[in-house]
Amino acid sequence: MRFVDEYRDAGMARALAAEIAARCEPGRRYTFMEVCGGHTHTIYKHGLEDYLPETVTLAHGPGCPVCVIPMGRVDDAVHIAEQPGVILTSFGDMMRVPGGRGSFFDAKAAGADIRMVYSPLDALKIARANPDRRVVFMAIGFETTAPSTAMTVLRAAAEGLDNFSVFCSHVLIIPAIKAILDSPDMRLDGFIGPGHVSTVIGCEPYEFIAREYGKPLVVAGFEPLDILQSIHLLLGQLAGGRAEVENQYARVVPWHGNRVALEAIGKVMRLRPHFEWRGLGFIADSALGMADEYAAFDAERIFDLPGIRVADPKACQCGEVLKGVLKPWECKVFGTACTPETPIGTCMVSSEGACAAYYDFGRFSRERVREATRS
Amino acid sequence: MSTEPVTEQRQAEWAERAVRESAAGQPDDPGTPYAGREQQVLARIERARRRRPVVREERITLAHGSGGKATHTLIDAVFLEAFRNPLLAPLEDGATLSLGTARAVFTTDSFVVNPLFFPGGDIGDLAVNGTVNDLAVCGARPLYLSAGFILEEGFPVADLRRITASMSAAAKAAGVSIVTGDTKVVERGKADGCYITTAGVGLIDRPALGPPPEGSPGLSISGARPGDAVVVSGPIGEHGAAIMVARGEFEIEADLASDTAPLHDLVAALLDALPTQVRTMRDATRGGVATILNEVATGSEVAVVVEETAVPVRAEVTGVCELLGIDPLYVACEGRFVAVVDGAYADRALQALHGHPLGRGAAVIGRVVADPAGLVLLKTTFGGTRIVDLLVGDPLPRIC
Repeated sequence: MRFVDEYRDAGMARALAAEIAARCEPGRRYTFMEVCGGHTHTIYKHGLEDYLPETVTLAHGPGCPVCVIPMGRVDDAVHIAEQPGVILTSFGDMMRVPGGRGSFFDAKAAGADIRMVYSPLDALKIARANPDRRVVFMAIGFETTAPSTAMTVLRAAAEGLDNFSVFCSHVLIIPAIKAILDSPDMRLDGFIGPGHVSTVIGCEPYEFIAREYGKPLVVAGFEPLDILQSIHLLLGQLAGGRAEVENQYARVVPWHGNRVALEAIGKVMRLRPHFEWRGLGFIADSALGMADEYAAFDAERIFDLPGIRVADPKACQCGEVLKGVLKPWECKVFGTACTPETPIGTCMVSSEGACAAYYDFGRFSRERVREATRS
Repeated sequence: MSTEPVTEQRQAEWAERAVRESAAGQPDDPGTPYAGREQQVLARIERARRRRPVVREERITLAHGSGGKATHTLIDAVFLEAFRNPLLAPLEDGATLSLGTARAVFTTDSFVVNPLFFPGGDIGDLAVNGTVNDLAVCGARPLYLSAGFILEEGFPVADLRRITASMSAAAKAAGVSIVTGDTKVVERGKADGCYITTAGVGLIDRPALGPPPEGSPGLSISGARPGDAVVVSGPIGEHGAAIMVARGEFEIEADLASDTAPLHDLVAALLDALPTQVRTMRDATRGGVATILNEVATGSEVAVVVEETAVPVRAEVTGVCELLGIDPLYVACEGRFVAVVDGAYADRALQALHGHPLGRGAAVIGRVVADPAGLVLLKTTFGGTRIVDLLVGDPLPRIC
């Protein structure tokens, strides 16, 4: 398929892999974090690790939108869905995320009207078609999806819709990266920067990572060759003793970001003083709520929410996995108590979650497979 | 009562329970010949996967209808548990029965597809072809079908006529008769227009598929062995992709039609060419080719290695799947089957399939190896290796 196959070419991958191997200093180990869950998914889906030398390790970061939603917040959303006349709308990824009292799917099976949508505009359509119902959109995601939520609220306001609101759970990428950089377990050599988020925020917000922490970051696209090339660029910076922000995904990401999208977020939303992240705890200035001017569209103000925190199960090590400190398989409950079928931690739910990606795509011994498939 | 609701915190009881139960069911580690902590974890996971599945949910969710893990769990823990008998236990596409001196296959299938009419077909020919194909891949010549209708109050009679006309045409094409049936009507809102259940009976009249020891062991999901080749009978995923587009939820336009077709003739051509060298066949409906390959890997205790570049997929299907983030390997077909054949006869199998109009696009997509048993591995176009697992939920409910 045109415009896709070019980025999945095995011949180019082999050539790039050889250059990557040549750039690695003998005896030196490298750990790079791909911040974004989309990258994690690509890495496992295409078997990209087969091309990396043993000395290069990829740590999977916190950039999976549903993985960072704490259980208490899922319970709050279910509480909203259980109110009379409510239709809760949500991206499909969110449906299986377990809360303290079960997932959206469980609530739906028990009678709540919860519908999957592909865009917040679909939620708006449902609101228009059901004037006697209260339609709530479960808004999740980083700066990638926040603009479309903001634009939808602006549209609803312009149309004078009074039965539409947003349960705003948007989070910000920079505070999450900063939390990882400040974590005492941090042993990273550089970052593969999130491509989709960067289409909105641009590359400038990452500059402190190079300047203050001395770590290189390469904003990367989502095809496997994009990621291999980004690793090549990171190794090049390290070899040259540099720490910079580079843009591998310039075909999509403008250096200064998308002003229209940022303005929409700025108009409709405000920074929360703090927000709880699954596994990472409370992070200051790390999430968006609805601005006072748009209180009429804020589900948090319309509904009386229980707001009860649910502790992560003691055995659950999602936090360490999200920080890249543990590989998914190193978690105590990985693959036994916690599986994609019955996930305990959120990393096991979304296809962008590190644990689900590893379980679904990478759960095999490369050594054994090499033996088995040698022809 | 807490005075600080913001800091109030409680435990997720279900999660703590799941951790306890899992720890209790953990067998002692017998060790693995492969050193390293990751390998031990992988071995532990394999043991966990082989444990009897448990339905944790209190209610049925859409995932239970996906054909993936949740469906398998439900079938094993609820249906097989209640109905257990030697004919049901192998969980083939149909049950092989001895009636007097004759060997017959008996099968049933329900259809709830949305929309009822779609490019390339409708619920009517789907309901006939689905059951015909289940009989065919069990090695039987399809003969008689039943048809049960659950209709919603208010459903247009003209639509019902359209459906029965296409059932009649499909039955004629497959050489079967619809010889018995049933009709029920439920109140408006209690069903979605029209649901159909068909059952079918066919005869196994090939001596080579007869009961052992006279013939081969017959067709069985446990029959695959290392060295075998994996064949698909044509390009995959067209039915599912056509339905996705037909629903109009994605505002995608593509020139796609369902591949729904009766496979009895194509299967006969394959069995004529390879009377005893076909190990197993399944039609790749809900859950797609990936689900069948997983059933082969676990049923036969082997590994299946698939070459992604060898899998035939039409460009339109690839395009729709890419846009929606769905892997074509999981997308339903209604006129394609997967066959595992003796590796030495792979070329002959292809030759036989290519000689039939429905098999022109047949291809060898992979092979069977011994280790690591139970897994389906994909050599990706990009040149890497990954697992192809059963899906948990459904990217697309009510596909058939």
